Amino acid sequence: MYSFDVVRPKSVADAVAALGEEEAQALGGGQTLIPSLKQRLAMPSVLVSLASIDEIKGVSSEGGAVKIGGGTTHGAVAREVASSYPALAAMASNIGDPAVRNRGTVGGSLANNDPAACYPAAALASGATIVTNTREIAADDYFQGMFTTALEEGEIITAVSFPIPEKAAYIKFEQPASRFALVGVFVAKFGDGVRVAVTGASEEGVFRWTEAEAALSGDFSAAALDGLSVPADGLMTDLHGSAAYRAHLIGVLTKRAVAQA
Amino acid sequence: MPKDHGIGAAQKRREDVRFLTGAGQYTDDINVYGQTYCHFLRSDVAHGKIASIDTSAAAAMPGVVRIFTGTDFEGVGGLPCGWQVTDKNGDPMKEPPHPVLAQGKVRHVGEPICAVVAETLEQARDAAEAIELEIEELPAVVDMKAALEGGAAKVHDDLSDNLCYDWQFGSETAAVEAAFASAAHVTTLELVNNRLVANPMEPRVAVAEYARANDESTLYTTSQNPHVIRLLMGAFVLGIPEHKLRVVAPDVGGGFGTKIFHYAEEAFVTFAARQINRPVKWTSTRSEAFMSDAHGRDHVTKIELALDAENNFIGLRTDTLANMGAYLSTFASSVPTWLHGTLMAGNYKTPAIQVNVKAVFTNTVPVDAYRGAGRPEATFQLERLVDKAARELGVDPIKLRRQNFIESFPYATPVAVEYDTGDYVATMDKLEEMIDIPGFAARRAESEAKGKLRGLGVNCYIEACGIAPSNLVGQLGARAGLYDAATVRVNATGSISVMVGAHSHGQGHETAFPQVVADMLGIDESMIEIVHGDTSKIPFGMGTYGSRSLAVCGSAMVRATEKIINKAKKIAAHLMEASEGDIELQDGMFTVAGTDKSVAWGDVTLAAYVPHNYPLTEIEPGLEETAFYDPANFTYPAGAYACEVEVDPETGKVTIERFAAADDFGNVVNPMIVEGQVHGGLAQGIGQALLENCVYDADGQLLSASYMDYAMPRAGDVPFYKVDHSCATPCTHNPLGVKGCGEAGAIGSPPAVVNAVLDALNNAGHNVAHIDMPVSPHRVWQAMQG
Repeated sequence: MYSFDVVRPKSVADAVAALGEEEAQALGGGQTLIPSLKQRLAMPSVLVSLASIDEIKGVSSEGGAVKIGGGTTHGAVAREVASSYPALAAMASNIGDPAVRNRGTVGGSLANNDPAACYPAAALASGATIVTNTREIAADDYFQGMFTTALEEGEIITAVSFPIPEKAAYIKFEQPASRFALVGVFVAKFGDGVRVAVTGASEEGVFRWTEAEAALSGDFSAAALDGLSVPADGLMTDLHGSAAYRAHLIGVLTKRAVAQA
Repeated sequence: MPKDHGIGAAQKRREDVRFLTGAGQYTDDINVYGQTYCHFLRSDVAHGKIASIDTSAAAAMPGVVRIFTGTDFEGVGGLPCGWQVTDKNGDPMKEPPHPVLAQGKVRHVGEPICAVVAETLEQARDAAEAIELEIEELPAVVDMKAALEGGAAKVHDDLSDNLCYDWQFGSETAAVEAAFASAAHVTTLELVNNRLVANPMEPRVAVAEYARANDESTLYTTSQNPHVIRLLMGAFVLGIPEHKLRVVAPDVGGGFGTKIFHYAEEAFVTFAARQINRPVKWTSTRSEAFMSDAHGRDHVTKIELALDAENNFIGLRTDTLANMGAYLSTFASSVPTWLHGTLMAGNYKTPAIQVNVKAVFTNTVPVDAYRGAGRPEATFQLERLVDKAARELGVDPIKLRRQNFIESFPYATPVAVEYDTGDYVATMDKLEEMIDIPGFAARRAESEAKGKLRGLGVNCYIEACGIAPSNLVGQLGARAGLYDAATVRVNATGSISVMVGAHSHGQGHETAFPQVVADMLGIDESMIEIVHGDTSKIPFGMGTYGSRSLAVCGSAMVRATEKIINKAKKIAAHLMEASEGDIELQDGMFTVAGTDKSVAWGDVTLAAYVPHNYPLTEIEPGLEETAFYDPANFTYPAGAYACEVEVDPETGKVTIERFAAADDFGNVVNPMIVEGQVHGGLAQGIGQALLENCVYDADGQLLSASYMDYAMPRAGDVPFYKVDHSCATPCTHNPLGVKGCGEAGAIGSPPAVVNAVLDALNNAGHNVAHIDMPVSPHRVWQAMQG
């Protein structure tokens, strides 16, 4: 990697100030950034580690939602929301391996918005609110395409508030090499309707399958999805699956998620 | 009761103490005072003309010691190929130069162009980025069929085309054509044997130092065969005589074939250390490993089987394209020919067999031996074909195999080898018992109740191991002998150091080899150590590959130990004032037959080194013997494997539910190590069958260049195996009766997996004749779509 400075602010305010420096880059759990640095694909002058900011860690309950600090690791989420939001805990417990889960953070995952990551599906299906140092952003407005979000330069995710659904499940069909989602479907049933979010499949990143949502909002059963399919247009084709295969998997996994929820 | 000592004991591996406690000494652990670090600037295009290289700015960067380019190697030798194949017209294969650093052209992504040597690795990388390099990109040759068409771009401009050789082997064309003309049924199959990257846990590393005062070079390198590297690099590349060149391969973290070969990087560091008179170190990154370690497999084959009206195999014909990559790696030419064609008879008495292989140059990383090397390719095509024939004929695939088994030995095949011994009926009987054939229908019903498809796949395999009789392989084009060597040095107090030419990089030699010597002498294994991996310590042996260590080097060790026993008996006879012919050795005691006179092992060894009471006029003092052993034939391990899979019909995902392996390895020294070798081989074979795939795009860019896209098998991908080696027919021509077990799992398992998937699909009404490996969820789903 190229050489750079590292600062470890203890507060969000100090982190924001540090990110104001030229070529500064926020470092969450580093599960994407550190490999990029090792490959010399990124050249920040200063890395602003968010790992020492206690105020953005931990899980709390607030009126039918779980609020998870942006610096909370996947491992902590898996443990701490196991009873309040089991589908979210199950999703977190299945990201990567223990080393990844003990470093990677919810804020880092959402800020990166990898098109095959799990958290974007959970946030979008839950109708989560992404809380930053300056504002609150609804998940529906937050995800803006592959590796693209509503975050401004230097903006830090301090927390994510996940409304707790009546029923939910996430099914990930793993890409055989990376074990990221070849396709992942998160289904969440709320009192006012069902949300279905799909990761791993689209060239535009995570998206909602609105047709399925409408069908499931009327009848929350796998059978309600019979005859529905996602068009392959705009879905990814790579070594591990064609767009048509991904489209097919979306249907299969959505049914399975409904059955499991 | 199981043995706890000597041959046949399942002793735990003594080397694991250091491996598991972090005390292993790998090449990257070696740091030499004053060492510099090397970083290679590698080609990022598959094919191009090097228009210009300007290193002036880079050379002025901080810490840079020197930057080398191809011009520094003008007049220096290229990397040699160790096996000359003669094509069907009697012409030698085309053997283009293989420079250490690219000269004039680059021919694959990852080919080293410049090498920066600097005080630190980061400084070397910084400077490499400052090198101004202009490459005029040329059309890339990637697909083998396209490479052979007229008008294709040429990988090597000085050659007439991209064909390395066109090889034909086995029965006469007329005999094969007659078999097919009289056939009642012909089964044809076209398939791909997928390209693989070996991925040993330890990447390649090379550290070289040079002692100018006595003109001696030392290379520490991740090798399976340090003497081979010393010979090839010293004699063919750098012109350093053996006595001025020491090659050390310390603990090596897995080889799987890919660390047999002599690589540009190890020649470079040795050369550069002499030029700058400082040690030079290079450690491969995993990314570099993907684009510079020799790849494996990559065959495209059409195979045809002729059967008579009674379903007897009467003829077999194959047509294979074998990818050589951009250059000939050390043993590349031998893999699709002598390590592949000679195995095409398999376990069957097919009377007419002809093998055709075209080896093709492409703009890809060189391809060479990978665990099994040619034999997995042979096994896969034959055993897939037999399965397809059984389905076409509506006969039981096991019955069809049994009907055609070779049953009397020795058996001379139509493809030049003579199987000394085997019992294919016994291994198949054992396999059927292990996999529980009668219970399959119930297990299939259970799977179906869960909405899954279940399939059972079976195959046989034969391999030629214990490589190899030197006079035979010499006739076939090998440029090296393939004997091995061992020196047994008995110390004064009776402890023993055995210096061996074989190299252990996961095989457990340090445990198994002492079991043999201990058994012969009747002493405890703890008195014996194995020394390997350092040309300054070990005799000139050829290293470890081709499941040869115990069969060849182990035999040398037996011969040397026999010499020790003979001499020790002379000393014992002298000490006991008896006749040498009356001396017996048992449990570490020499006794005079029929008397109570005895001397202990330690008394005799001490007398050899403190020869006060010693027959000095008849024998020399000391107790150290060396033996070289050249095998009379290959060994022929064989067996039968079965796999049961579940297929998720909605996603195409395959899971392996049961796997059984019945192997005939001849005699076994350490059954625990043998089972471990089989387990590892099975994991790699299952990896090839289900997961691994090295893929280039049409421009020659490596798409599967990291673990994000190259799928390695993990613990969860493999089942709890049932393995057995009780159906043993000992090898008839080596003193231990051993055959070799290192490659069997990787050779024997891929067809069982694919056969099982096809059984599952066809049983569910999907008319699928074949799916190429890896049998990924996507491919299975596609096949099910019709």
